[in-house]
Amino acid sequence: MLAPDSRTHVSAFVELQNVTHTYGRGDKEVRALDSTDLRIEKGDFIALVGPSGCGKSTILKLVTGLINASSGFVFVAGREVTAEPVRIGMAFQNPTLLPWLTLRDNVMLPLKIVAPFRQDYRAKRRNEFRDRVDALLAQVGLAGFADKHPWQLSGGMLQRASLCRALVHEPQLLMLDEPFGALDQFTREELWGIMQDLWMTRRPTVLLVTHDLKEAAYLANRICVMQARPGRIIEESVVHFPRPRTIALSYDPEFVILTQRLRELIMRPGKEIAP
Amino acid sequence: MNPQLRRRFASAALIVGFFVAWELLCLLFDVKDIVLPRPSQIVVTLAQRMPAIWPHAIQTLYTTLVGFALGIIAGVFLGALIGSSKVAYDVAYPLLVGFSSIPKVAVVPIFVLWFGAGTIPAVLTAMILCVFPIVVNVATGLGTTEPELEDVMRALKASKLDILSNVGLPRTMPYFFASLKVAVTQAFVGTVIAETVASNRGIGNLMMIASSSFDVPLVFAGLLVLAVLGVALYVIFSFIENRVTGWAHRKDEFAMG
Repeated sequence: MLAPDSRTHVSAFVELQNVTHTYGRGDKEVRALDSTDLRIEKGDFIALVGPSGCGKSTILKLVTGLINASSGFVFVAGREVTAEPVRIGMAFQNPTLLPWLTLRDNVMLPLKIVAPFRQDYRAKRRNEFRDRVDALLAQVGLAGFADKHPWQLSGGMLQRASLCRALVHEPQLLMLDEPFGALDQFTREELWGIMQDLWMTRRPTVLLVTHDLKEAAYLANRICVMQARPGRIIEESVVHFPRPRTIALSYDPEFVILTQRLRELIMRPGKEIAP
Repeated sequence: MNPQLRRRFASAALIVGFFVAWELLCLLFDVKDIVLPRPSQIVVTLAQRMPAIWPHAIQTLYTTLVGFALGIIAGVFLGALIGSSKVAYDVAYPLLVGFSSIPKVAVVPIFVLWFGAGTIPAVLTAMILCVFPIVVNVATGLGTTEPELEDVMRALKASKLDILSNVGLPRTMPYFFASLKVAVTQAFVGTVIAETVASNRGIGNLMMIASSSFDVPLVFAGLLVLAVLGVALYVIFSFIENRVTGWAHRKDEFAMG
């Protein structure tokens, strides 16, 4: 596929141009995403919020190259996504750690697979990687747990390790699919702080999918509100609060106004459909 | 006494009690040893005839292990093939069920027809019997890999081989080893069946000859050897299973944090 204007303007790090995606065929066809445009600058932190089935995760998968767009173009670092050489890290609601490996080996997994680390991993630089993984685990408060297996740890700790695994190979693009969704409120707020810290020190480009409006407002630079059936982005709002942000900020009137407005945007289309 | 120790003690007591009861009932009702020999007679026969029994036991064990080894190779290969994709799994499953529901004794005459009586049909019967549990378990282990885990790997641009060696195979290990202890006893059954039908060596053959000459204590001695071998193989493979795939059985351990 060739996009006529892809090289004629300075493109953003991630760019979706008029992207549509449908699942299934014939009668069972479901349009998950409808003519969507989205630009994400390098090092930015974007949150996608919206009701279930609005295509949030679809955008994530399109940008990652796990699925291909039915029509339209997805560019990452100025190239079509399937050919793109960009390093990507992913974390999901479920920590999906490998139960037979220790935490350290779990976090080290991307280094075993992704170029250029892959070659070094074989060439006896493992000790160096070990130190790097241990430092990363320490940064998220898991110092001393590197030799534990996943079944010995709580959900919050597993999710921290999952974030480490998503970041260890220094991805340019970090994909987070409701990574804090299954955690209790206190753990979740603690992890927001850790996530912000990781982002500020490493500056990957982040795309966060979430149901939690407070989470989006706390973490993101820009929030894209989505609508379901067909899925599309109905509004983008820029979040101006200075960093580092704290939990105290979430009780700030401006913060509350922002989350309430997002909530209304998401709830409104639903009311129109209901009789 | 802790519960586990008590349970083991009870198991041992039951086994000993079974043989004692057998012995006593035979004495009490004066059962002839041509019908049902007493355990003590069987043990004596076993000890006396050991030089004659020994080569047959080795033969049976050898046949079982060769058949088992071939079964592992074929089973892992077929299981990996079938488990590698959802389509392959769905397509191949009916055929697999069809084959596995054939009573395996029925294939022994075919093997004899092809290869003549002897060790080869026994090895093949052992293999056929043990291959299905392995295929089904390996295919299931590979086929049930969490899609999110594969997404993580695919986002890292991992090749099919990377995914298989880092996720698929380790994840399949508990299924594989669980199938091995079933498979090894199945291979053993296959060997003995083939030996009884068409062979001139092995414990199965020994028992056939002994029963045709009404040497009932020797028949039971053969049975005892089979029981010991079968239990030993099972114990060995379940020990290996526990050592290799301990992570899969520790889910109930404490969680902290």
